[in-house]
Amino acid sequence: MSRPPLPYKARDVVLPGDAACPGCPIPIAWKVLSAVFGDKMILVIPASCSSVVVGMYPGNSLRASVIHVPFASAAAVASGVSEALKKRGITDVQVIAWAGDGGTADIGMASLSGAAERNHDFIYIMYDNEAYMNTGIQRSSSTPRGAWTTTTPVIGKSEEKKDVAKIMIAHGVPYVATASIGYVHDFYNKLVRASKIRGFKFISLHAPCPIGWRFDPRYTVKIARLAVESGLWILYEYYDGKIHLSGPSRPYMDPSKRKPVEEYLKLQGRFRRIDDELLKSIQEYVEKNWEWVKRHM
Amino acid sequence: MGLKLVLTGNYALAYAAKVARVNVVAAYPITPQTSVVEKLAEFIEEGELDAVMIRVESEHSALAACFGAALAGARVFTATSSQGLLYMHEVVHWASRARAPMVMGIVTRTIGPPWNIWPDHTDYMDQRDTGWVMSFAMDNQEAFDLTLQAFKVSEDPRVYLPVMVGIEGFILGHTSMPVEVPEQKLVDEWLGPRRQPYVVDGSEHLAIGNLASPEDTEEFFMDIQNAMEQARKVVVEVEEEYSKITGRPFKGPVECFKCEDAKYVAISMGAWSGDLMESILQLRDEGYSVGLLRIRYYRPFPGDYIFEKANSTKGVVVFDRAVSFGSYGPIFLDTAASFLKHARKTPYIKNVVAGIGGVNITSDDFSRILKRFVHEVESDDVNVFEWYHKGKVVK
Repeated sequence: MSRPPLPYKARDVVLPGDAACPGCPIPIAWKVLSAVFGDKMILVIPASCSSVVVGMYPGNSLRASVIHVPFASAAAVASGVSEALKKRGITDVQVIAWAGDGGTADIGMASLSGAAERNHDFIYIMYDNEAYMNTGIQRSSSTPRGAWTTTTPVIGKSEEKKDVAKIMIAHGVPYVATASIGYVHDFYNKLVRASKIRGFKFISLHAPCPIGWRFDPRYTVKIARLAVESGLWILYEYYDGKIHLSGPSRPYMDPSKRKPVEEYLKLQGRFRRIDDELLKSIQEYVEKNWEWVKRHM
Repeated sequence: MGLKLVLTGNYALAYAAKVARVNVVAAYPITPQTSVVEKLAEFIEEGELDAVMIRVESEHSALAACFGAALAGARVFTATSSQGLLYMHEVVHWASRARAPMVMGIVTRTIGPPWNIWPDHTDYMDQRDTGWVMSFAMDNQEAFDLTLQAFKVSEDPRVYLPVMVGIEGFILGHTSMPVEVPEQKLVDEWLGPRRQPYVVDGSEHLAIGNLASPEDTEEFFMDIQNAMEQARKVVVEVEEEYSKITGRPFKGPVECFKCEDAKYVAISMGAWSGDLMESILQLRDEGYSVGLLRIRYYRPFPGDYIFEKANSTKGVVVFDRAVSFGSYGPIFLDTAASFLKHARKTPYIKNVVAGIGGVNITSDDFSRILKRFVHEVESDDVNVFEWYHKGKVVK
């Protein structure tokens, strides 16, 4: 797929004056959504930062449709919306469940799994800022090992990050992808591909949060890219039964091309207390993930 | 001419959803609700009902999927019981506060632990404050009628609230009786296409449920209270219309059974009202002046009507099949509050909690309680609250 001019219509849909923090990755991602779908999208949003970013009644920072829903219910509500639209013969609008990692990997897991298994026709996007940011940076199952959060305040998270994309692949859905707000063209292409596939599509979108990750808001994109360049976050698509490595991640199949993970970690206050042992385990995590990707290509 | 079918209460709910031509059904199995959605699945797979069945992974998702489908313009139905209803409770609130018209059948069952599948009203009463219009049937015909009428009430622009219809599990749910099902054409003309306050289908930019200030939030909730006031009229109008097209008798939000000249009035809701009616006929034969007000709509609560019918009596005894632990039965609380709205001095009002966990209460039990109540009032010594258990009174 070619690189389209981006985001060509973003300002028409994602309006200025939303309630995002400086450096927030959410509006960046929404501009990409709007570049693909224009105003013809219905976002189903459970409790998350996005519930706030949309803005305060009677205002609305999106010139598209938004349904705010209870925390655990995004995939179920989107199932209902997509089935009703299909029944009514409406095919020109894209239903998107837009949920954070808490609303997906934790409280929303059952409804996500149900909707995936039933293969409803919509796109589920988990924007992964790796903790409960809206409630004040509490640990989620998607928080990486070693990260400080307000509920892992002294020793950091002891457990590995839950890999929701792999779980979705195990569901046998027609399309799963990982993406990053640091690579908007790649994200754009994935949305385009997903929109052409009927059935359940899942995209795990890496989305660095300046407040929760403790970095200068100017570095949001830089940090997102470092995650990919260090091989920590691997961009791929899964369809037709195998992994298709995405362009930005291709060079990093070769470990010698990867930047040291320290470069990624050191810009973030949440990893300030990381020691050699943890660093080693993060490095092993990178290798393990790459091995898995290579095995399934 | 419609059909006269022998239906269980659960099938009566399914038939009502069918003739309402629902577009989407989303449900999760729980005893004793299961045969409602099994029947609907059969209708859909046999091609008798042109609808989508979403076989969700939980009750929370069942109502969430119904909510999504309703917002996107579909007429939807679900049914549940007990723990399932409690599990979806969050979405029960969400649906009414978003003003999404829809209909849900509640096949009542008690709450655990201990595990117990028998009916009382605990699960239903747990939804008391959710902003749903709530009706409750006494027999299978009424289960059908109230469910079909629920679609029209829910989609009335003066109401635009979801409606739940209660029936007792097993007692109605799994027992059969003849049910008149009106002709499809008649229902189509009367019910018409789906109406709702807004549709989220991409045709306009809508954001439903955005953050709001305390003041705006309060106004939304005051609107629901106003819609409930409107619903008082609407449920009557809808039943009148329905009665006209089907020939079924009009009963109103509260059915008055031998209450016109009664000196003592019982208040009840649900299937055990049938046993209570038997008891009242028996006691009338014995010379007692007793009658019954049977609640058919619990929300909005028909307090004014109850006051009007019962204020000039000597005593009112309210039977509750649920209890707010540490307080009273919910119907008693509503009744007492309704009397206080109109009068500083009221007749004696007594609360009897019974039939909890599925304990069977017979017409003999009712007669015993009513006779004692009459005696208490005459001797000016009324126990305001009693828990009637295995023939004994626990004060």
